[in-house]
Amino acid sequence: MLYNKKAVYLGIVILVVLLTAPFWAGLFGQNYTKTGVTKPNEEACIENVEFMRAQHMRLLNEWRDEALRNENRTYIAKDGKKWEISLQNTCMRCHKNYDDFCAKCHLSNSVSPYCWTCHIIPVEGK
Amino acid sequence: MAKLPTPQMLMASRPDFPKAAWLDTKPLFAPGSYCYPEKKDTMELLHMPNPHDWDPSAEDWNLPENWEKILCDAFEERLEKHRSLKLFMDICVRCGACADKCHFFLGTNDPKNMPVLRAELLRSLYRRDHAMLGKILGRKIGARKWDKEVVKELFYYAYQCTECRRCSLFCPYGIDTAEITAIVRELMHEVGLGIHWIMDPVKNCSFTGNHLGIQPHSFKEIVEMLADDCETVTGIRPKTPFNEKGHEILFITPSGDVFADPGIYTFMGYLLLFHELDLDYTFSTYASEGGNFGSFTSFNMAKKLNAKMYAEAKRLGVKWILGGECGHMWRVINQYMETYNGPTPDNMVVPTSPITGTVFKHAAATKMVHITEFTADLIRHGKLNLDPSRNDHIITTFHDSCNPARAMGLLDEPRYILKHVCNHFVEMPENTIREQTFCCGAGSGLNTEEIMELRMRSGMPRGNALRYVQQKFGVNHMACVCAIDRATLPPLADYWAPGVNVSGVHELVANALVMKGEGKRTMDLRQEDLPNVDAEEDQ
Amino acid sequence: MLESLIVVLLIGAIAWIGSAIGLTAVFGIVLPYVAVCVFVVGLVRRMIYWAKSPVPFAIPTTGGQEHSLDFIKQDKFDCPNTKWGVFVRMVLEVLLFRSLFRNTRAISFENDPVNNGPRVVYYSSKWLWFFALLFHYCFFLVFLRHFRFFMEPVPACISFVEAVDGVLQIGSPRFFLTGGILLVAILFLLARRIFDQRLRYISLINDYFPLWLLLGIVISGLYLRYFDKAEIAQVKIFIMGLTHFSPVISNLDLNGIFIVHLTLVSTLLIYFPFSKLVHMPGVFFSPTRNLPTNTREVRHINPWNPPSQFFTYPEYEDRYREAMAEAGLPLEKQPKPAE
Repeated sequence: MLYNKKAVYLGIVILVVLLTAPFWAGLFGQNYTKTGVTKPNEEACIENVEFMRAQHMRLLNEWRDEALRNENRTYIAKDGKKWEISLQNTCMRCHKNYDDFCAKCHLSNSVSPYCWTCHIIPVEGK
Repeated sequence: MAKLPTPQMLMASRPDFPKAAWLDTKPLFAPGSYCYPEKKDTMELLHMPNPHDWDPSAEDWNLPENWEKILCDAFEERLEKHRSLKLFMDICVRCGACADKCHFFLGTNDPKNMPVLRAELLRSLYRRDHAMLGKILGRKIGARKWDKEVVKELFYYAYQCTECRRCSLFCPYGIDTAEITAIVRELMHEVGLGIHWIMDPVKNCSFTGNHLGIQPHSFKEIVEMLADDCETVTGIRPKTPFNEKGHEILFITPSGDVFADPGIYTFMGYLLLFHELDLDYTFSTYASEGGNFGSFTSFNMAKKLNAKMYAEAKRLGVKWILGGECGHMWRVINQYMETYNGPTPDNMVVPTSPITGTVFKHAAATKMVHITEFTADLIRHGKLNLDPSRNDHIITTFHDSCNPARAMGLLDEPRYILKHVCNHFVEMPENTIREQTFCCGAGSGLNTEEIMELRMRSGMPRGNALRYVQQKFGVNHMACVCAIDRATLPPLADYWAPGVNVSGVHELVANALVMKGEGKRTMDLRQEDLPNVDAEEDQ
Repeated sequence: MLESLIVVLLIGAIAWIGSAIGLTAVFGIVLPYVAVCVFVVGLVRRMIYWAKSPVPFAIPTTGGQEHSLDFIKQDKFDCPNTKWGVFVRMVLEVLLFRSLFRNTRAISFENDPVNNGPRVVYYSSKWLWFFALLFHYCFFLVFLRHFRFFMEPVPACISFVEAVDGVLQIGSPRFFLTGGILLVAILFLLARRIFDQRLRYISLINDYFPLWLLLGIVISGLYLRYFDKAEIAQVKIFIMGLTHFSPVISNLDLNGIFIVHLTLVSTLLIYFPFSKLVHMPGVFFSPTRNLPTNTREVRHINPWNPPSQFFTYPEYEDRYREAMAEAGLPLEKQPKPAE
């Protein structure tokens, strides 16, 4: 026997709906089973894939500081190879396709880097 | 009564917290820290469970043989009956906001007087039997089993709480220690433990109608004596209608106002006011007690004592009931009465002031109006001829009683009256008045002599606040709307702020009331000379 | 205090080791599902448990002037007599912690110059209110931000919350204020318990454990964002698998700390319904707050109201009839004339 049934049931429904939101909220869009990133055909990036996946944002941040604040335009990778510190000339030489590479993960995971407040978003074929 | 330490000594003598965890400390039943136990024959007469002789300071309290089962079952039953109890057992986060809100804690620095620990005493038992983790982890998470020492501890701290609800105001979840204390007291009664100062009045109220057990003829006689005193002061002898049928209003006030100084002057105030208004009302010797000591015992006892009000209203055929100045009486009337004993008898109607025509819609169900609501309305409509200068020798402050403040919200009505009958009114510091008011320290049946030092301790916050306005603004008077206050505040004032008098609001009303055909007032209701009168006559 | 910290560390360590020895599926799939079930079912059961007991009496705590005479201003929200007023009171209580806002700290002086003797002064004390509010709101926002892992595409409102939260644009990934404030708030709540004598005295393992647990969750979360980064695209694939009931784990490369984070959250969910944390739904049930103060205007019904038994007037008159007659009090029945 429950007392104040109406209010209690209403409360339970609201609570359950709110607490299970992670489960039903996903139903409003599509599922997400793969990143859909298209890797460029070039043989290798400046560092290995694991490092690049996890730390590229930090690397880019450091590059910006090195280039603009310390006027150092040379990056020495872990394997000793030297690279020019430049988003435009180094990264985007291979990663030409913004929509299929950068944007794929960034959009899905709601990452809004502020690279593009200065740099121009690359458009393939131009 | 043992000699009291000085206020400084009392403050300085508050011990530090014990080193041991609270689960390992036990209260010491030293004289003065507990109230005397009830008498066995009182309990038998009232059909209370397991009446027996016992002594709080003794090792063995002569509990009934199956005491543990009785208590477990009784606790279980209360959980089924009161959602508040289940909830308050479950949701406390021990944030500590309530700790220094309790006047008993401030006065004693006993950690178990923090409302949170007072509740933990019971919560620890709840954890063992009603919480899954408690069953598994036991003491580690603050769960414990019933034992006789725990019973003693519950008793000790249930009678160091005046059910004032100040903590419930500050609790982010509204956990009300009054509810917990009331239920612990019920549990104690299940195994025959109670205190004399509560149970004796309960017995008297049950069988004669008032606290002291004054019989009907004596009651009438005393009231008539008070009417004679009114005549001495004003030259007018107010009428004293008793048990008469066919009046519009039944007037019920705590009986303390009939017997005890300074409540009697408040009572005289009522008599004079009603006479001046030519109010169509009657007293009742049967329902001659507004105060309800049953509410300090158990919910059912409160219901039982309260039942007389409507029963008498029905028998006398009144339209509504006017209630006098009283604290816990109004807790019961405002929050319990209609639930306990309603719906009201058919002869009762929504109260309407016969003088001003104001309809008291907010009392449409209980049909009971507070005297300060009634009088404030009269003043508002200019129905009273008041001369506040007669109270010019008084600089008064106002003590909000816990129950009218936090279980009713009666805050501005008495102030409105005071400001019209006194020229000098000063508020105490803001955290000690209105809804944040501090208890007199001896409510809920603890106004007994044997715990006087404890009362002075628990009255410390109120006493300090009073002393503050006394020293700073020359306050020499404290008005209140509670009969227990009128009994407990005079010793408190004598101790913390000597020189401050205590009275009900309606004593001051009657002092200021210019009555039709009255003689020249040279005295106040206490038959003390009015200072400014002599001066005029000399000229 | 330390015991509960050790428990939390142990849980974290077990999860970490578990993920290292290939038990990722246990901690990443089985445990979260169990936790959510326990959490939801447990809370619903707790609410039903409360609802099984009636509210026999209307006992609102009146926090201000009652509604009585029309020339006396009612405190409409601290002493509400209408449903609307109660609604506002509950909103203020739940969203702004109205009662805690009143908090004071009593300090006693043994020799105060004004009082010329002892005096207790009540100072406003809003720290607990402030940090409690920060804690709850930041926790809520952090939870809300996590919806980027639950939804595809991420709705604009979530992105907006992130934009505001990261408004300082410090570092990359951008520093979210709520995460940092949450950490500070938890540390404050913990420090209170440890350093305030009264708090330490009343605190139980049940009080420290959730704080350590939350601390663990927040620290592991911050760690995964700013230090040893979880690869969020992989995390999202994994989380979406869970919420779509088709968990994938084998071909994903999940950080061990992520499993720790997830395990601590699961622990919190499992612990929640059996602990003081049920104050979340509980506050809505509180009879001193959620009832209108119109108790003299509307009759509140007690379902177990016992039958009325009292010393009735006829019994009373029977006992005192002679004395009453002599005193001239009106009677229902006159006494038999003396013979």
